[in-house]
Amino acid sequence: MAKKMHDTPNLDQLEDGPWPSFVTGLKELAKDKDYVVDLLGQLETSYRTKKGYWKGGTVGVFGYGGGIIPRFTELKDEAGKPVYEDCTEFHTLRVMPPAGMHYDTDTLRQFCDIWEKHGSGLIAFHGQSGDIMFQGATTDNVQKAFDEINEMGFDLGGAGPAVRTSMSCVGAARCEQSCYDEAKAQRSVLNTFLDDIHRPSLPYKFKFKFSGCPNDCMNSVQRADMAVIGTWRDNIRTDEAMAKQWFAKHGMDELVNDVVARCPTKTFQLKQIKNVKTGPSISSVAISDTHAIEIDNHDCVRCMHCINVMTGALAPGKDKGASVLVGGKSTLKIGGLMGTVIIPFMKLETDEDVQKLVDLGQRTIDFFAENALEHERTGEMIERIGLINFLEGVEVEVDPNMVSTPRTNPYVRTDGWDEEVAKINAQKIKKQQAA
Amino acid sequence: MNQAVQEKPAAKRKPKETGVPDNKKYLHPLMAKNYGNWKYHDRPRPGVLHHVAHSGDHIWTVRAGTQRQMDVGTIRLLCDIADKYAEGHVRFTIRSNIEYMVSKEEKVAPLIAELEKHGFPVGGTGNSISMIAHTQGWLHCDIPGTDASGVVKALMDDLIVEFKREEMPNRVHLSTSCCEINCGGQADLAIIVQHTKPPVINHDLVANVCERPTVVARCPVAAIRPAMVNGKPSLEIDETKCMCCGACYPPCPPMQINDPEYSKLAIWVGGKNSNARGKPTFMKMVASGLPNNPPRWPEVSVVVKRILSVYKDDARPWERMADWIDRIGWPRFFEKTELPFTKYLIDDWRGSRSTFNASTHIRF
Ligand code: HEM
Ligand code: HEM
Ligand code: SF4
Ligand code: SF4
Ligand code: SF4
Ligand code: SF4
Repeated sequence: MAKKMHDTPNLDQLEDGPWPSFVTGLKELAKDKDYVVDLLGQLETSYRTKKGYWKGGTVGVFGYGGGIIPRFTELKDEAGKPVYEDCTEFHTLRVMPPAGMHYDTDTLRQFCDIWEKHGSGLIAFHGQSGDIMFQGATTDNVQKAFDEINEMGFDLGGAGPAVRTSMSCVGAARCEQSCYDEAKAQRSVLNTFLDDIHRPSLPYKFKFKFSGCPNDCMNSVQRADMAVIGTWRDNIRTDEAMAKQWFAKHGMDELVNDVVARCPTKTFQLKQIKNVKTGPSISSVAISDTHAIEIDNHDCVRCMHCINVMTGALAPGKDKGASVLVGGKSTLKIGGLMGTVIIPFMKLETDEDVQKLVDLGQRTIDFFAENALEHERTGEMIERIGLINFLEGVEVEVDPNMVSTPRTNPYVRTDGWDEEVAKINAQKIKKQQAA
Repeated sequence: MNQAVQEKPAAKRKPKETGVPDNKKYLHPLMAKNYGNWKYHDRPRPGVLHHVAHSGDHIWTVRAGTQRQMDVGTIRLLCDIADKYAEGHVRFTIRSNIEYMVSKEEKVAPLIAELEKHGFPVGGTGNSISMIAHTQGWLHCDIPGTDASGVVKALMDDLIVEFKREEMPNRVHLSTSCCEINCGGQADLAIIVQHTKPPVINHDLVANVCERPTVVARCPVAAIRPAMVNGKPSLEIDETKCMCCGACYPPCPPMQINDPEYSKLAIWVGGKNSNARGKPTFMKMVASGLPNNPPRWPEVSVVVKRILSVYKDDARPWERMADWIDRIGWPRFFEKTELPFTKYLIDDWRGSRSTFNASTHIRF
């Protein structure tokens, strides 16, 4: 039994209503832990004064420079004594989950036992970067909890100017849209950079995220320094039985208004069967005895919309892989940035393919470490030095897929033009000879 | 955050640098068996996904909402449910929903009943309003202007009906962020702190606590200068330049940006990460000045619900928030949602010209 609860009239109101309440959970923990009684006391104070009372500091585990988010209370009386004495330290362990955030119940129960013993008993599944966040331990207990979690086969994630914990979507494990083995790619890449995860020494944070298709369920395009997003090069696959089934259920209005009209490039067409084109870039499938869908795949931007709406009837092609975008980030400092395509397509099937992605990650991080200013993300660095300098630094050739449009102003020195053209032509000849 | 590796006696246990664990052993056996070989899925009812593999195998997934910050009792209860009504495996989605996988359709209904009996709402699939992506807030961050879990709890109490249904035009993703840094990320609708007054500097502490050049460099508008105040090295802010972003506060806690009255909440709409139809889009600010009013933030809730209900009534099937506004245009968005379009919503940050209407495309 723990000590008496503080009055929490504000937090109590968050126990009303149908959504599961974290306050009820904290109160359960407070029945046994003075630590959580006082956590609730401080949180209630925040609700009353509208102020936060945690400050950072320096806490770590032996051998690592990051992965713990230290928190010390600043809520003190006039004499400098903490108001809530039993909760003056509330550190978080960031722990990397398995790709796709799958667990068996034994593992979750073990986490609970460890965290009940050494921590507050509060765990967040998961933080926005993807960590399992074991929230609330004293400085003394951080090491003990980590040792036990580490023995289970789990490791700390990133914090500070480091490679951060990564996420991949459910993907190949349970999604028909998946275009590569997200878990394998994530694990291969991240586990190459363990030193950069555990010993923060980059200019600033660096995030990888892995989505299996352009639906980008991991929101990688606007959050990841390197976003790996699945796609395919060949034709959209079709299944006539399922296409007819879809049409029978949904009808012409939905097909025309919800699919044909929403194809961003209008390459998705509805035709009479007798008018359907054939050819190496054409996907077509009958939806009734008279009508068929026709897609010229050269003009399809792999947006996923038609496939999302008609799942089963349509599917990504077989020549799968991923596009890689670099430089996505949130607001600080120059405003939000989307990632930019630097690799329009790469295969990710064999170990060698995946190694190429790891190498690209390595070159990018090396270049970032050398060239970014302190507290500058990759996107800001690229904006400052120009995409061309970045591409040269990471040894990637320019490609028109990298831009929405070519330049719209003449403010550039082009005296190297002829040499560039000669280089491109030489490469063309080399490729032709190789083929 | 940037801690040096601590020198400790040799007796200390060395970490096993194992990195990201292999997920294979945590997968439901049917997911391991059909890895990379799924054919299609449908949704027998909201909250339930039914996936069919090329092998002919079927798997049913039941998705339920959680409070994200969970006490061990809640996690053990979720595990008990997994062991008794599902097959011992769970996963979490990016929005902190829990998913249970079962190999037989008969197991779905009892599982749902058990989850709902314990207060875990089943839903969040397809065209629903899913759980709100959120951050740390007063519970755990060192710079928060407001809470995170509490805002989300209060809002989800109001939105739970739409969580359990699939009646929105397309999926709706929400996020909250308790400072302008926006850990919550892009969303169809986001609620983000917006400060309205420059930081209040505690000059006695600056010299001890802050690396002044770092703080000066952090300001996006170069409003901070080193200065001597009362004979001590400190910093000063050009208040005509400062746009109150709070970026100087994390590296220099004596530059207090949070204020119980002047730290407000803003609402942003139309962010989209998916490439479906149009390219991914950033969200746009459409309202600000809402009071930071714990414990239930009713003023925010009113505006959020109004925007979502107008969107629900007005958008066509498959239009995400951004697609819908593309069709009806911003003037009509403000008209229909009854939100005032103030001068502060016209961008003046870098790249702002691309947000101006350089055409005569005007709807009447
Ligand atoms: C100084 C205090 C800060 C604290 C305590 C803090 C805390 C956090 C936490 C706990 C998360 C979730 C972590 C996880 O999922 O493992 C997070 C995510 C995030 N933080 Fe911070 N953060 C801080 C500063 C910043 C700054 C300065 C930026 C931006 C420049 C930032 C941008 C983000 C973003 C964008 C995310 C979302 C991550 C993602 O989407 O992958 N944070 N932050
Ligand atoms: C079962 C396989 C899944 C399928 C077929 C699927 C389908 C989709 C579709 C169609 C979209 C794009 C919506 C649009 O803009 O039209 C999307 C986006 C998204 N999905 Fe999934 N999804 C799946 C699993 C998941 C899971 C498990 C999560 C995690 C909760 C998830 C989270 C998201 C997110 C965050 C986005 C949004 C990106 C954005 O904000 O635009 N998806 N998904
Ligand atoms: S990103 Fe694509 S492959 Fe991954 S879960 Fe989402 S829809 Fe499936
Ligand atoms: S996936 Fe291709 S064909 Fe389908 S809607 Fe998108 S662009 Fe059009
Ligand atoms: S949004 Fe800001 S205040 Fe909230 S957790 Fe992230 S850094 Fe902290
Ligand atoms: S609040 Fe933002 S704009 Fe104002 S001084 Fe601080 S960093 Fe600069």
